[in-house]
Amino acid sequence: MSMDDTTKMSWWNRLAHPGQFLIWTRPLVWPLAAVTAVLGALGLWFAFFNSPADYQMGDTVRIMYVHVPTAWLSQFVYAAMAVSALGTLVWRHPLADVSMKAAAPLGAAFTAMALFTGSMWGRPTWGTFWEWDGRMTSTLILLFIYLGIVALWRAFDDQLRAARVVAVFTLVGAVNVPIIKFSVDWWSTLHQPASVFRADGPTMPGSLLTPLFIMFFAFTLLFVTLQLVSMHTEIRRRRLVTLERRAAREGAA
Amino acid sequence: MSGFLGVIRRELRLALSGGGEVLTLVLFFIIVGAIVPFAVGPDRDLLARIAPGIIWIAAFLAMLLGLDRLFRPDRDDGTLALYRLADMSMVSVVAAKVIAHWLTAALPLILASPFLAMILAMDGPSFWRTLVSLLLGTPALAAFGGFGAAVTVAIRRGGLLAPILIAPLCVPVLIFGVGAISPLGGPDQASSAMLFLAALSLMALALTPFAAALAIDWGEE
Repeated sequence: MSMDDTTKMSWWNRLAHPGQFLIWTRPLVWPLAAVTAVLGALGLWFAFFNSPADYQMGDTVRIMYVHVPTAWLSQFVYAAMAVSALGTLVWRHPLADVSMKAAAPLGAAFTAMALFTGSMWGRPTWGTFWEWDGRMTSTLILLFIYLGIVALWRAFDDQLRAARVVAVFTLVGAVNVPIIKFSVDWWSTLHQPASVFRADGPTMPGSLLTPLFIMFFAFTLLFVTLQLVSMHTEIRRRRLVTLERRAAREGAA
Repeated sequence: MSGFLGVIRRELRLALSGGGEVLTLVLFFIIVGAIVPFAVGPDRDLLARIAPGIIWIAAFLAMLLGLDRLFRPDRDDGTLALYRLADMSMVSVVAAKVIAHWLTAALPLILASPFLAMILAMDGPSFWRTLVSLLLGTPALAAFGGFGAAVTVAIRRGGLLAPILIAPLCVPVLIFGVGAISPLGGPDQASSAMLFLAALSLMALALTPFAAALAIDWGEE
């Protein structure tokens, strides 16, 4: 260990130290929020005014521009949570705990939004708010898993202990989600198959794809922004708890 | 190995001597199954059609109900701390407890299921399929249940949390369990559902003890 290492931390250590993380990422929040807002506004403008109505579904096809990005995020956020859980279990990275905790309610919210917009879309096109079809059912179960994880976080008093236990559960859930998805697909299927990411290229016309991709990036950036902000909040909350404990100890002494 | 068998023996003795908990669980299973006809009406055709689902739900709920006694009493009286200090790994303790849990919370239900099958107007062939699917599927429920109990053992008010966490993970077991009995696509689908069920049970039994032991070790630290 040379002197140089202690004064100039590597990016990994800078990321690992909560205070450094705050300093390092605070300037990012406002630019990210601005880009998200601009992309969201552009995407909405495209979605409402510059994309055609579907010849079968009419204007309801515009629900897709919210539905598909939230449905993508419902799975992406779980993947982010599982990676954070690995960070907690393997490297005991202090920020992985925080990231895991911040992502759980966000994932639950995006999953709930995907389900809500899906049923809003299903009513005029399929004639029902809810159908026990493969994708909808596995998304509902994913929502239950998210809510279970949030409940597990809240049940613990000691957050360090909570992080490790939640990490184990998150990873077991990550192994299970594909099995659940497969079994539910086996059980019933009505939902249309994937039509954007396919080996033979998208089957959707470009006029629908442009707003979809813009909204896709807007929602993903929205998640990144919210994740950063709630990580900051969680770090400050933990610091506050520590300060309160110290004050109580000094008051008692 | 002797420690492994010792844990199983201890669990069995506790379950069989401790004020008839096993009988209470069987009673719960029977009552849940018997209360459904009051809710859906006494139509024999309808009951015969949904009987596999009723039996599976009753078994599922009864096994969730028994989860809280899996690790919590041991944690409260300090046995769990002794297990952690003992010469055997936590993984084999958990595996032994899951096996004991299956023997005391699933096997009695399977033995009692003919009674439910009779009052729910099931015919012979589908009853035998139900029996086989319960035998193949309940080990997975026991394994997932053991994991749920391990995750919530460090929480003082964890009683309701374990079923909430575990129920979504058990969805495939229910799907293939009921699919093996009343197949949508003919007998061909039923045998594949049986195989999936067996695969789920084997995988769950092999893998969840490791996750459960990890959760206990890190929850207790």
